[in-house]
Amino acid sequence: MIVTFLDIVIAGLLLGGLYAIIAMGLSLQYGVARVLNISHGEFIMLGAITTWALRTAFGINPLLSLVLCGPAAFILGFFLHRTLFKRLMATSASPGIFEGNSMLASFGLLFVIQNLALIAWKSDIKGYSYLAIPVNLGGALFGANRLVTLGFALLIGVAFYIFLTRTRMGKGIRAAAQDPSTAGLVGVNINRVLAICFGLGAAMAASAGMLISMSYPVNTAMGMEYTIIAIIVVVLGGLGSIPGSFIGGFILGVIGSIVTYFDPGLALVAYYLIFILLLLLKPTGLMGK
Amino acid sequence: MNNLALISKNFLVRGAILLVGLVVLATLPFYSSIFATIFLSTVFMYIVLTLSWAIFSGPTGQISLATAAFFGIGIYISATLGNHLPLLLVVLIGGLASTGMAWLVGSLTLRLKGVYFTIFTFGLLELMKYLLLWFEVSFTGTRGRFVVVVDYNTVYFIMLAIMVLTLLTAYWIRRSKFGMALQAIGQQEEAAEHIGINITLLKVSTFAISAFFIGAAGAIMATRWTYVDPYIAFNMNYSFTPVLMAIFGGLGQLGGPVLGAIIFTYLEQILITKFSYYYMLIFGIVMIISVLYLPNGLAGLTLQWRSRVMRGKYAHS
Amino acid sequence: MPILEGQGVTKYFGGLAAVLNVDFRVEQGEILGLIGPNGAGKTTLFGLISGAHTPNHGVIRFKGENITGLKPYQICRRGLARTFQSVKIFPNMPLISNVVLGAHFGTPVRVKPAQADEQAARLLEFVGLPEMVSKPAKDLTLVDQKLLEVARALATKPDVLLLDEIMAGLNPTEIAQAMQLVSKIRARGITILMVEHVMKAIMNICDRIIVLHHGEKIAEGTPQEIASSETVIKVYLGE
Repeated sequence: MIVTFLDIVIAGLLLGGLYAIIAMGLSLQYGVARVLNISHGEFIMLGAITTWALRTAFGINPLLSLVLCGPAAFILGFFLHRTLFKRLMATSASPGIFEGNSMLASFGLLFVIQNLALIAWKSDIKGYSYLAIPVNLGGALFGANRLVTLGFALLIGVAFYIFLTRTRMGKGIRAAAQDPSTAGLVGVNINRVLAICFGLGAAMAASAGMLISMSYPVNTAMGMEYTIIAIIVVVLGGLGSIPGSFIGGFILGVIGSIVTYFDPGLALVAYYLIFILLLLLKPTGLMGK
Repeated sequence: MNNLALISKNFLVRGAILLVGLVVLATLPFYSSIFATIFLSTVFMYIVLTLSWAIFSGPTGQISLATAAFFGIGIYISATLGNHLPLLLVVLIGGLASTGMAWLVGSLTLRLKGVYFTIFTFGLLELMKYLLLWFEVSFTGTRGRFVVVVDYNTVYFIMLAIMVLTLLTAYWIRRSKFGMALQAIGQQEEAAEHIGINITLLKVSTFAISAFFIGAAGAIMATRWTYVDPYIAFNMNYSFTPVLMAIFGGLGQLGGPVLGAIIFTYLEQILITKFSYYYMLIFGIVMIISVLYLPNGLAGLTLQWRSRVMRGKYAHS
Repeated sequence: MPILEGQGVTKYFGGLAAVLNVDFRVEQGEILGLIGPNGAGKTTLFGLISGAHTPNHGVIRFKGENITGLKPYQICRRGLARTFQSVKIFPNMPLISNVVLGAHFGTPVRVKPAQADEQAARLLEFVGLPEMVSKPAKDLTLVDQKLLEVARALATKPDVLLLDEIMAGLNPTEIAQAMQLVSKIRARGITILMVEHVMKAIMNICDRIIVLHHGEKIAEGTPQEIASSETVIKVYLGE
């Protein structure tokens, strides 16, 4: 079977859908709530592992898990922001200091979550099979699970776009992202908006984890790599731009697919090279302010 | 006694205590147990990692998460060159390689907004891991390497020497105009640049110098693990724990990071035997609590307590 | 030859021209005022001169040398210092350290610690602040913080000093003291370029005045000429 360029691109889009979701989640947390959440990947891991656990222990359909885990992650994220990060906002002398402190707090959170997961599930690699049925797309075969992933990525992306532009809460979020103090003046409940953003970011991470678990093996150490990918996509798309993260995710996914075709071990290295290029040439990214 | 005599007496007393302490530490292996020697080597290592981190990230407020990457570079230098070159040279090269990497990273990221530096250093660890894995798989055909074995007394002495060097460097930087300039950069960067401070050069140089000790420590400590591979050498714990120790100990004084390092090395020793995963969990919780409630760390607390006591003492005069 | 001059200086932020095609010159030893309504581009122009921003078009020359595009620390070491509209002292350091830093790094000549300390102490006296106060700078009143900024700038041994609204927020007594300080600085041979809204001060101490509006220069001349200029009056009262 000859692998055509189109196959690589499609595979890249499938990967890109995942990257888009995890990057949008991080962009919400950093762009709006100003929390550089380096434990983002651990939420992805949690989503992946709980989906695996529910599937292996109770036979629960992963897509059903999404409906359960997504809101659970949102509540967890919302609660974390209300307790931890809100207090940090109050005690930090300046926005710069808050960014540093919240990053450190999320660093601590990384170790808390990862080690709780290690205690619960040990460190071995786990996986399950779901929808691994090959689907024929233009001559090449793709797993149905991957296509479902892409479908969900697009669904989440579109739904989120509608949420941001058409709903009142969404407009509040955009206002808060632009200018938190003025947004407060025009009646936006800033604290609630920030907590919601953080919760949404966590929910997106957990959803991405669920989708990942459908097609790839999972383990408790998988988080960090995805955090880094999310960060690179956010920088590529432009710090503070949520649409940028969406597009950037797909771009990086295609690049990753191309690189993986030549040498599977070099995908992350390629992503870092792009990161370095960005820092050298255009740190503000594609759509950054 | 007049002021000058008082100050020099204070200085002499402090100097004498430090000297005595140094002599005690230098002769320790000759009269104490193997366990104590090995344990203290670990304490020295964490003091080096924590202080090195604090030399740059303390005054500037720019948080580096690259400590583990530099440590890993030192480990790998040891693993590759340890069988071919004398030990001290290997340690030196480990330090220099780290400095080189720090210079590159700093030059790339320290001229930009602060967050880029932090996120770049965060990913650096995984990058090094993947690069080395790919290199080993594609070229050398091995997975992991065996490190030359060195007796624990030698490890102790070299680690002690590195620690003393780090302490002296940290002390000198702090007291010099460069240390003041670093503080200025951390407090008001734009003004600092406008009074003639070349902020990028100062930041990059300080970052690079501080990385030297981390790499050197990695090179010598590698000899304690007979076998290393990219997963063992590049471990995020070595980026996290020094930051925790520094934050908890407090960044205002030189003694803060040292204090934090001693406390947590001891804690790690106690906890690791009983609860392997639990101890990192506890450390994570302590980090969160420290960031929330201990803005100046333990050293800051004792300073506040001491000044309150002093004020109380003079309230009656 | 003017000690400081600019030709066609232009700076865009996004699509907006903050400074548009401004020509200016400052003669050695004079006090030049820079006025205009809020948002006229005065502080931006200061930033372009000091190196905080790079112009999109135009050239800035200092002592005959083209300094366009140089970094702030390079410009400072060549003898141009500034203060900031929102006072940018080093808050968690004692007063003396704020000034000592200027003495150490502000000149291309290496300064010994003892010399720097001495220079700093004298400068604190010069601006009217008690010397050797080890209070952290953030504990000072606004007035004293502004004086500290001036002392720190003077420590870099400038030939030209840019003062950005140092009289903002001061009461009449303090304004009079500030005006005296500015005269004292000029008496030392330092050329001064000052942005100010306090008209009394500008009219009394400046030799010449430049007026900016929407980023463009709309008038230039002596205080009398400016005070009687129709364009200027319209700009300040009309809109």
